[in-house]
Amino acid sequence: MKILVAVKRVVDYNVKVRPKSDGTDVDIANVKMSINPFCEIAVEEAVRLKEKGVATEIIAISMGPKQAQEQVRTALALGADRGILVESDEDLQPLAIAKMLKAIVEKESPDLVILGKQAIDGDNNQTGQMLGALTSMPQGTFASEVNVADGRVSVTREIDGGLQTVNLSLPAIVTTDLRLNEPRYASLPNIMKAKRKPMDTFTPEDLGVDATPRVKTLSVEPPAERKAGIKVADVAELVDKLKNEAKVI
Amino acid sequence: MSLDFDSARLSNPHLTAEHEEWRSQIRRFIEREVMPFAAEWDEAGKVPDELWPKAAEIGILGLGYPEAYGGITEGIDAWYINIMTEELSRVGVGGIFASLLIHGIGLPPVLNFASEAIKQEVAPPVLDGRKRISLGITEPSGGSDVASLLTTAKHEGDYYIVNGSKTFISGGMYANWVSTAVRTGGEGPAGISMLLIPMDLEGVSRTALDRKQGWWCSDTATIYFDNVKVPIGNLIGKEGQGFKVIMNNFNSERMSMVVQMEAYSRVCLEEAVNWAQQRKTFGKRLADHQVIRHKIAEMKQRINACQAMIQHCTREIIAGSVNAGDLAMLKVQCSQTMEFCAREASQILGGASYLRDNRVERIYREVRVQAIGGGSEEIMRDLASRQYGL
Repeated sequence: MKILVAVKRVVDYNVKVRPKSDGTDVDIANVKMSINPFCEIAVEEAVRLKEKGVATEIIAISMGPKQAQEQVRTALALGADRGILVESDEDLQPLAIAKMLKAIVEKESPDLVILGKQAIDGDNNQTGQMLGALTSMPQGTFASEVNVADGRVSVTREIDGGLQTVNLSLPAIVTTDLRLNEPRYASLPNIMKAKRKPMDTFTPEDLGVDATPRVKTLSVEPPAERKAGIKVADVAELVDKLKNEAKVI
Repeated sequence: MSLDFDSARLSNPHLTAEHEEWRSQIRRFIEREVMPFAAEWDEAGKVPDELWPKAAEIGILGLGYPEAYGGITEGIDAWYINIMTEELSRVGVGGIFASLLIHGIGLPPVLNFASEAIKQEVAPPVLDGRKRISLGITEPSGGSDVASLLTTAKHEGDYYIVNGSKTFISGGMYANWVSTAVRTGGEGPAGISMLLIPMDLEGVSRTALDRKQGWWCSDTATIYFDNVKVPIGNLIGKEGQGFKVIMNNFNSERMSMVVQMEAYSRVCLEEAVNWAQQRKTFGKRLADHQVIRHKIAEMKQRINACQAMIQHCTREIIAGSVNAGDLAMLKVQCSQTMEFCAREASQILGGASYLRDNRVERIYREVRVQAIGGGSEEIMRDLASRQYGL
């Protein structure tokens, strides 16, 4: 079984980002970049499936600037067998990414595509679903458990109010939620071995996709600063404030 | 530009994508497995045993040791070791080094000079985190004056009979073996040999030195040898060569210490800057008071000098020979910088730095052990003067 796993290059979750002074975007100059945490979970799940003997090959793919090959290398160090980078300096948006993933799916015919449910930069939560629509593959999103058996994948989904289990025929798409697994660290020997694993590079044009952004960002501003709280004298005052000032009761 | 731990690091043209990847992975490891518990371990006076195998798995314990014994050498250079040291120091708990990585001084004598059988017995379980090894040089009668040590090992048949004691032995309480300097011959350096002493032999006893200024979570010991029968096969190097074995060790120990000290200084800078940018006094940020700005600038100035010199010495180590005098002076440079930065960060944080459970307070407690251990500032200057042929 072949697994395609997508990883996105995002600002590291520890970095406190700031808007650029002209308000056009988030300032990411000289900021530490990492694999999107949900994508890391996707890689881990793929590696576990390979360790269980379910999967035979894992292809890690990223799309973005040349430097996104660092994230592909990380996925290779974590256990993927080979990498693909679709190199583009465009602001790649979910639809373009889904179209390019579709082109790669057609080329590679994976049995399972695992993606993070969303990326921590745009928080779009769209790519997996769009890829499902474009390829007509069944999808199990927000996965907290994944089991592959007899040509099918059973995905336990985290939904409002509980869990839902769907049973999909392969090939299928899975997007990962936080509780699916706890990703491992890449050990130093594996980082070294990753250097020698193959990585193909394409451009959106190679894949026949127009990656021009469809959505324009008008402005970026920091959230309003939280105001200091106050101390209320008694319950009566609290209720009064909740009712008349906050208007929540 | 900001002055956090990462942005206050000078650029280094020798670092590759793999070095950066190693930094990312080890930082993730530390953020998850070490950082949240480190202060607690320090207070409790012990690093949990589970950390050893975890650290072995990611590559921390085996880094730079021969692959035949479970280490990692392929493609490894000194920068990888520096990165690991730096990232572990970022935690701001000095005792973690003195326990988790104490094999860094205990194991090289074995790997460089012991018999193959001993290497096979000792190195694999140490590098995979099951067992521990420490180094025993200092005695109650003296430390830096190695040539005068008093612990004796008398050759009798197939054994050495060891009598004496060692003190300030880092990792000494939980060590399975101690690479021990003993006197097998007459007075002076030519009478000294190194002997691998298993700690479970009859006649070995240990006392914990657990009331220390710093390094709380590391196990420091005084070890007593009372007619301990050590097989002659445990000799490390040849009889009378102990002095050479010991001296062989110092450069890598000092390199590790200077990287730690620079990183501790940078942690102090980071904490001081964070505080100075948030805290308001007399209607403006602390960072807007000239007296505070100058403190921060001077911290950075001294840190820069340490970093530049660390890069220089690391390049020399990679090239195959480092000037021991320069490295000794770098150690002084770094301990003075750490002392200065710990002091100034404390002054900037004010009362907050006097309370426990913050990195500045902890690092402040770790200054002396760095300025004294691994060769005191005074010994370092003396050594450098001799190296420079003064």
